[in-house]
Amino acid sequence: CLLVTPALAEPDEDQLVINGDLEMITEADAPDHLEYISTIYSGWRFRTDDTQAFQMDDFDNPAMLTVDKAADAYSTVEGDAGESCASCHGDVESFAGLGATMPKVDEETGKLVVMEDLINECRTERMQADAWTWSGQDMQGMVAHIGLQSRGMPVNVAIDGPAEPFWQQGKDMYYTRFGQLELSCANCHEDNYGNMIRADHLSQGQTNGFPVYRLKQAKLISRHNRFRGCIRDTRAETFAEGSDEFRALELYVQSRGNGLSVETPAVRQ
Amino acid sequence: MKKLLTVAATATLVALPISAETVAPTNVAFSDGAVSGSLTGVAGNPAEGRVLMNKGSGNCIACHAVSDLNDLPFHGEIGPNLDGVGDRWSEAELRGIIANAKEMFPETMMPSFYRTTGYVRPGNAFTGKAAQGELEPLLTAQQVEDVVAYLLTLKE
Ligand code: HEC
Ligand code: HEC
Ligand code: HEC
Repeated sequence: CLLVTPALAEPDEDQLVINGDLEMITEADAPDHLEYISTIYSGWRFRTDDTQAFQMDDFDNPAMLTVDKAADAYSTVEGDAGESCASCHGDVESFAGLGATMPKVDEETGKLVVMEDLINECRTERMQADAWTWSGQDMQGMVAHIGLQSRGMPVNVAIDGPAEPFWQQGKDMYYTRFGQLELSCANCHEDNYGNMIRADHLSQGQTNGFPVYRLKQAKLISRHNRFRGCIRDTRAETFAEGSDEFRALELYVQSRGNGLSVETPAVRQ
Repeated sequence: MKKLLTVAATATLVALPISAETVAPTNVAFSDGAVSGSLTGVAGNPAEGRVLMNKGSGNCIACHAVSDLNDLPFHGEIGPNLDGVGDRWSEAELRGIIANAKEMFPETMMPSFYRTTGYVRPGNAFTGKAAQGELEPLLTAQQVEDVVAYLLTLKE
């Protein structure tokens, strides 16, 4: 028949260097487990020059205001135990590397946990303070503050051993055509990255920059909030932020970015 | 089986030439991806169809570029350019492609605009909540006819 397969438009050639000296890996060979694409790209490479610029200098990065607030919270005593994060963990730099390896399976419980779980466990169990809501700016600011300690390091989440069944669950979700529009993550972010869908330039839907600051919403967006929105847009019943389904999806999507630099906190349109 | 259904649908249309009955989304008869009879018996209105290409549940230009719609911004690049589509496909084929493109192009990314069953976690429009009761098709039967009528005007 006469169908023309649209040519896959590549991302741009720009290089991301933050603050003039931190070189980020925005393009890498796809990890072996990816069957259908050979090169992975950061979402930054698909954004306009104007949006890209916000992320190239921390003074211009609007996410840093929220991160600064998280830095204050980090050393502020809260809750009945009379503790702060700093009183147990010392300098936040002690978390360097953690952001590159999340999500992970908790050895004791066998559950898949993401950064928000670790933070809320400390808040409720160890500080006897209230849990933060998933996509609230307190929570996402702290996720970004901890993630920032790994900025530049390659994403390297484990997908084997105890993580394997969660990873498989997330992979199944990634290829499921949800909703009345019957669109899977792969339809948009694997088969059509580089193409325009109406006014949006599709990226590979990588999560190495999360939490990302979305200029349109003027705040930090969690991974689960992004997933929620993308599934809702297929006219589907979506999943809840903090659901086990989204934990599994987070592991799988993050593993698709194994090899890209942690960019947290990235800036998007 | 498909053949039989086609015959049945055609027979209905012949039997009811004037107050034609709307074919329900679950009763559409495809033959090689095409749907030969009108879904409503009422001729499609190309001007209405042109509007549906943009707004409403159609939003075809989210995925397709159409030169005739260049007054509207941001055409997608997911599907083929629809210029000349009225030369490439017959009315029946276009009706089939709009009603359920998966009959013509298995596995295609194009949504099924006149189909109400077989979805995974169908939602209540774009609310993110579960759909209540029976689903409405993305386009009504008459809207499908309108879009087909519009596409037939796209000749090179
Ligand atoms: C009373 C002590 C205490 C307080 C207060 C506390 N933590 Fe923890 N935190 C721990 C312990 C103990 C662990 C588990 C052992 C470990 O992995 O370091 C832990 C683990 C973590 C981990 C996972 C580390 C890893 O490598 O898996 C993170 C992230 C974390 N805490 C962040 C925070 C943050 C953010 C705060 C404040 C909102 C906080 N903690 C408050 C004691 C505390
Ligand atoms: C109908 C198309 C569509 C589908 C289906 C879809 N997305 Fe998206 N997604 C988008 C668009 C448009 C954007 C914004 C532009 C971009 O970054 O690609 C986006 C952005 C994202 C981002 C942010 C990337 C960044 O660098 O900021 C992530 C992560 C993402 N999607 C993950 C997913 C996952 C996981 C699924 C499936 C559960 C999914 N998407 C399904 C259209 C889609
Ligand atoms: C989410 C993306 C998407 C949307 C929305 C969409 N289409 Fe398509 N369409 C496609 C793709 C992809 C193809 C190519 C078929 C294939 O997969 O092989 C296609 C093919 C077609 C064809 C055959 C084109 C040719 O040149 O042979 C027609 C006609 C068509 N679409 C019309 C429409 C109309 C009319 C609408 C809206 C009512 C629409 N499409 C909405 C993705 C889409």
